[in-house]
Amino acid sequence: MKTIESIASRGGANEILPTALSAAARPARPSRLSASRTFGWRALLKLKHVPEELIDVIFIPVLFTLMFTYLFGGALSGSTGDYLQSLLPGTLAMTLVLVSVYTGVGLNTDVTKGVFDRFRSLPIWRPAPIVGALIGDGARNLLAAAIVLALGLAIGFRPESGAVGVLLAVALLLVFSFSVAWIWTALALVLRTPSAVSNVSLLFVFPLTFASNVFVRPETMPDWLQAVVDANPFSHLVTAERGLMHGTATAREVAWVLLTSAALVAVFAPLTMYLYRKRQG
Amino acid sequence: MTAPEPAVEASGLAKAFGDTRAVDDVDLTVPSGGVFGLLGPNGAGKTTTIRILATLVRPDRGTARVFGRDVRDEADAVRSRVSLTGQFASVDENLTGRENLVLLARLLGHSRKRARARADELLSAFGIAEAAGRLVKTYSGGMRRRLDIAASIVVTPDLLFLDEPTAGLDPHSRKQVWEIVRALVARGTTVLLTTQYLDEADQLADRIAVIEHGRLIAEGTSSELKASVGSGALVVRLREAGDRPEASRLLTHLLDADIRAGSDPKTLSARVSDPDAVAGALAELSRAGVSVTEFELGQPSLDEVFLALTGQAADNHAVEEVAA
Repeated sequence: MKTIESIASRGGANEILPTALSAAARPARPSRLSASRTFGWRALLKLKHVPEELIDVIFIPVLFTLMFTYLFGGALSGSTGDYLQSLLPGTLAMTLVLVSVYTGVGLNTDVTKGVFDRFRSLPIWRPAPIVGALIGDGARNLLAAAIVLALGLAIGFRPESGAVGVLLAVALLLVFSFSVAWIWTALALVLRTPSAVSNVSLLFVFPLTFASNVFVRPETMPDWLQAVVDANPFSHLVTAERGLMHGTATAREVAWVLLTSAALVAVFAPLTMYLYRKRQG
Repeated sequence: MTAPEPAVEASGLAKAFGDTRAVDDVDLTVPSGGVFGLLGPNGAGKTTTIRILATLVRPDRGTARVFGRDVRDEADAVRSRVSLTGQFASVDENLTGRENLVLLARLLGHSRKRARARADELLSAFGIAEAAGRLVKTYSGGMRRRLDIAASIVVTPDLLFLDEPTAGLDPHSRKQVWEIVRALVARGTTVLLTTQYLDEADQLADRIAVIEHGRLIAEGTSSELKASVGSGALVVRLREAGDRPEASRLLTHLLDADIRAGSDPKTLSARVSDPDAVAGALAELSRAGVSVTEFELGQPSLDEVFLALTGQAADNHAVEEVAA
């Protein structure tokens, strides 16, 4: 503070300010990877400074895990323990889809707040801010998964295929949430406010996650709903998750999820980048 | 020796958003070095103009070159020579001041170590070292603006765009920003700033372009713009309010000008076409027994210039802006 006040009062006879201005020559541009990594670092810093966001998102899966297990578990599966075995991989998947919405919310916040103008006026690889955010958010997603898993283990979830199965299941979830996040980034560039992005995204996410095999077996549902549930890509994800955690997964189940993920990226990544280039804020 | 390349050369620039012609056939040349002010009311097209020049918005028509590079076809080359401080803070509120600067330094290609050193250098130069570890959302308007400008000069740009750099700042912070701009210019950076404050353009800018409804309506130095209005303004304050009719009569006669009564019952003001006549007229008042306590002969203010150019008082715009 003193520095600037002193120039103001002494009419420009400041020493530090001109020194800071006379920077050395412009360094070479960062590589694509380096620029993306820097944006990934930014995403991690946000997690550190604004952890409330993460709490918001994992609140629902945590609540559902506890509520369904203890309230309905006995009625639905005979015992709460048995129910938790099939419920937890589902609520874990739900967590990661919900948390991915915040990648879109974050992007829209940047775009509407003006900090993106600065990024866009830098001579860097154009997709770096978005790619970097997605990579950085991967760490946040991993943390969310760890919290829900830890809760599950604490209340009696026992994955039959052990640590390796759980790690594979989490890895598959990270791939899926990375892919699904591109839908939200595209939405983020079309909608006006961060809350609109979160509302519209959740409008997709809730039906997608509820009309699935997460909470009850589809066989107990009316035929028409069963058809919907069977066609729901989220049901396929949950099936693969259960399979990986309990050692019953087939290559087909996992391939289904990977193919869906690839399709999501193939459509929504180019769409996001197109909208990003076009967006003139 | 050839003349230095202009920082900006734009011709026929146009950009519409829906039915609104934000920028309408603008020709603009900003010489290299110094401060160039784009002056105009809110919504005049200032922001769109600099966003086009900073490669953020593509013009519908026309061309713009920044240091000889086309903003459309050679955007990356332009980006490597310019920097933008937007109207709304273009820093990340959820990071600390230091993290913001390190982020920018990394994105501009500095090593980790150099990025940290550069951030600290700027933080102390801009007087925000003590708040370096605080989240930007806790900063005051003035601190935020200084950080924003610091972020724009992590690598000293050849051309810096400042969009309303002092909007909403208190007078002290405003002065600080002005000092920063002057220091930058002294180091050879060209500054293109937009403002709706007339005194800001007057204080800072070497050349001023007045813009309204997306069109440039005047361009020149502050003195040239004032001279184009044609005259100076004389303000006289009398000892006795009762002398005013007599003083008014005398001055009307001596200066051959319309005399306006000020809202203060002791003051009079006049548009003067011949400043040399003023001294004589004041002497004449004294001889007639009219006692003058103060007088001031100044150039017309930019306010008056604006009024003459646009037919609207600039103050009205400012009021509208506050209301909006």
